[in-house]
Amino acid sequence: MTNDHRLRTGGRTRGGVGESAPRPDGTLKVTGEFAYASDLWHEDMLWGHTLRSPHAHARIRALDTTEALATPGVHAVMTYADLPAATHYGLEIEDTPVLADGVVRCHGEPVALVAADHPETARRAAARIRVAYEELPLVTDEATATAPGAPVLHPGRTDAHAAHVPHPNVVHRQPVVRGDVTAARARADVVVTGDYEVGMQDQAFLGPESGLAVPAADGGVDLYVATQWLHADLRQIAPVLGLPEDKIRMTLSGVGGAFGGREDLSMQAHACLLALRTGRPVKMVYNRFESFFGHVHRHPARLHYEHGATRDGDLLFVTARIVLDGGAYASSSPAVVGNAASLAVGPYEVDNVDVEALALYTNNPPCGAMRGFGAVQACFAYEAQMDKLADALGTDPVELRRRNAMSQGSVMPTGQVVDAPAPVAELLRRVKALPMPPERQWETAGGACDLRALPGGLSNTTHGEDVVRGVGYAVGIKNVGFSEGFDDYSTARVRLTAAGGEPVVTVHTAMAEVGQGGITVHTQIARTELGVERVVLHPADTRVGSAGSTSASRQTYVTGGAVKAACEAVREKALARGRARFGAAHPAWATAGLRLEDGKVVTDGGEVLALLADLLEDDEPVEAEVEWRHRPTEPFDLRTGQGFGHVQYSFAAHRAVVEVDTALGLVKVVELACAQDVGKALNPLAVTGQIQGGTAQGLGLAVMEEIVVDPATARVRNPSFTDYLIPTVLDTPAIPVDVLELADEHAPYGLRGAGEAPTLSSTPAIVAAIRRASGLALHRVPVRPEHLTGT
Amino acid sequence: MRVNLTVNGRALHADDVWEGESLLYLLRERLGLPGSKNACEQGECGSCTVRLDGVPVCACLVAAGQAEGRDVVTVEGLAGRAGLPEGALTPVQQAFADAGAVQCGFCTPGLIVAADDLLRRDPDPSDADIREALAGNLCRCTGYEKILDAVRLAAARTGPGEDRP
Repeated sequence: MTNDHRLRTGGRTRGGVGESAPRPDGTLKVTGEFAYASDLWHEDMLWGHTLRSPHAHARIRALDTTEALATPGVHAVMTYADLPAATHYGLEIEDTPVLADGVVRCHGEPVALVAADHPETARRAAARIRVAYEELPLVTDEATATAPGAPVLHPGRTDAHAAHVPHPNVVHRQPVVRGDVTAARARADVVVTGDYEVGMQDQAFLGPESGLAVPAADGGVDLYVATQWLHADLRQIAPVLGLPEDKIRMTLSGVGGAFGGREDLSMQAHACLLALRTGRPVKMVYNRFESFFGHVHRHPARLHYEHGATRDGDLLFVTARIVLDGGAYASSSPAVVGNAASLAVGPYEVDNVDVEALALYTNNPPCGAMRGFGAVQACFAYEAQMDKLADALGTDPVELRRRNAMSQGSVMPTGQVVDAPAPVAELLRRVKALPMPPERQWETAGGACDLRALPGGLSNTTHGEDVVRGVGYAVGIKNVGFSEGFDDYSTARVRLTAAGGEPVVTVHTAMAEVGQGGITVHTQIARTELGVERVVLHPADTRVGSAGSTSASRQTYVTGGAVKAACEAVREKALARGRARFGAAHPAWATAGLRLEDGKVVTDGGEVLALLADLLEDDEPVEAEVEWRHRPTEPFDLRTGQGFGHVQYSFAAHRAVVEVDTALGLVKVVELACAQDVGKALNPLAVTGQIQGGTAQGLGLAVMEEIVVDPATARVRNPSFTDYLIPTVLDTPAIPVDVLELADEHAPYGLRGAGEAPTLSSTPAIVAAIRRASGLALHRVPVRPEHLTGT
Repeated sequence: MRVNLTVNGRALHADDVWEGESLLYLLRERLGLPGSKNACEQGECGSCTVRLDGVPVCACLVAAGQAEGRDVVTVEGLAGRAGLPEGALTPVQQAFADAGAVQCGFCTPGLIVAADDLLRRDPDPSDADIREALAGNLCRCTGYEKILDAVRLAAARTGPGEDRP
């Protein structure tokens, strides 16, 4: 089937779909020439700096910028009072102040901006801004946020969720109710309950928030920035600047990773405001400390679950209550709630479900999108529950999962029928079948000991004593694309022309390449569809229509779909031109099925009718622009959660092998194997890289990553890479990957969005393995040494 | 102050350098060499790794003034210092591109300088040696597997015992 498909679409052109084509930006990135947003430079440019609040909730009593403005080298200082137009913005709800509006609601909230001729001058001037804060009472969790008399953080809400939430400090609440849980509970032989907690994870992309705003002669501004969605930025920036969107020209500059952390605005509006105020180009680059305050994080969550089953292991019911801490501003909390609620049960068939998910407004750091987006938190809890249930039943945890695994045709708790392959049992089988890593790998020839293979590593804390191995499994389900009725489309402009006697394709989209390799895939699609090897990628900017967000595992599907559709339109136009020009010369132009291959027009019988270059020479380029949509979804019912809410589902399973120093509570992850269905691997090397990268981020959440917020002050205690740890190459084990390709007939090439699913099951698999090794219940991630030693 | 130094084989100087500036700032903002990346400014991530008198260091932790009179090699200069023609890639650079070790690429320059240093010292490192040598370089995208592949590939292509420039 694969072969037919590729032949039909001209698979003989090198570097097409299905090959591990190299990244178009690879050479620039290995030589250091690739221009990231933080590398931008402009003559006469100033440096912008943001003054941020040291308090999590406070009223600003007075704000004096006199001394800052008088600092030599300072060109502008701006506060809330200087904003020219809209004062608030937001992805879904416009509740976020551009600069503090008299009240700060979280630690690190932007209060004032400075532009100066040296970054240090700007920092020092910002320190001279005098702000008189009056601290206000904090809300930091569900109890304090919904207590009688609790401070309401956003009074007078008029957003779409305000009318249905139980308290104004609840951003959004989504129940999902199906079947009859009460009746099912009465029939259950075994019921297990659990309370789980997920800490606040940071995206920790390496390239800090950066950009350069250049004021233009027409009163507008050109903004070069690292983002995940140019057009969503534009929609939010324009009202803040009081400019029509066509006066703001945005161009994507090099993006050093994203993982959800660049969905919300950071410095975009601020740099533009300073540039328009000073009439000078303004560059803003956050350092790592500021980056921890410059973007939203993964929602920390508290989850309560109850699973009931027959003694044979058939799941009868699941109830769940998921409380997500959204922090001070809404960001994408409503959509995260929708995901957590609709995916709360996991990839299992359960007829009776009662789920409630909600996100809170608190004075904690704002939380929003991060890889996995609401599904990560739920997966940690439901997979812990499945292990607990297996223990209670005395059955094998993988067998219990396989017994209840959903498959194509299964009905989700939302009532949605899964109408594409859902190989949950097969993924578990495959990941379990992979060879196990050898035991005691630290023992080297001659009886020596390689510390690097042990928990604690070169700290020399053990030579193998007290080290216990554990193996754990988990599987997860993630939605692909924007859900709940969102009009999720992408635009692509494709142009076919001849240059120097050779056909050349230019692909223009606004897709944010953040490292995932979307640009590679675009070149591959163009090669396959148009049979042309030379593909030029136009820089991503707002001169073409929106490509939607580089998130939700959607870009290969949706912008890839748009590029494919635009190529198909170009192909039809090119063939029409060929028929008009050469049709008389050969009857096959009219009678045969034609394709483009290797720079030629070829019949389905393989006969070459014309060179594309001849068809294009001395004529207009062939061009098409397409706005492409996946099939529509619908919102979840607000009371029952029923609805065709998701476009596509994505599945991955992990097996974790860990070794735990049970005396010291140190964990070494020995191996983290993954099996994932990707529908069709457009670029096998790149998709494996996505799976391994997502897996490593799940490892981070399992054993080390957490933004620690002081509950007494709601201040972030570890905003640095010294104190917020992400996995190094020593922490990250071998990650063997087994890629399954079961086509989804609804998607281009049968592909399945792949970026997020591996981030889900990695974490619970590791914790399951640690539980096996330690015998401890472990209800919280990240698992810390003190959780294992009880100290 | 003025700082004089050799960067990628060229004698350079910068004027009006503020005493608090790092070598990284000097390279990126004053000498037009932004290849070395700034991701943490406290020596945790390795994205700014350069060779200072032949020794890999985090350029963010070296004061600009400390580089006075010294020899710096950045990612931009690796190929040239290896005697390769303009536009050519070093074996490590080529292997990173080929093995899928590059996603967002922000960690790549630092990793390439670190991997290059490793293979100079040890042309045929074990996996554990590679991990130890690269433990000071954070990557958030790849899960490191393809970075290990790249170093293995570069080692295999160069071959143990051959002279490494």
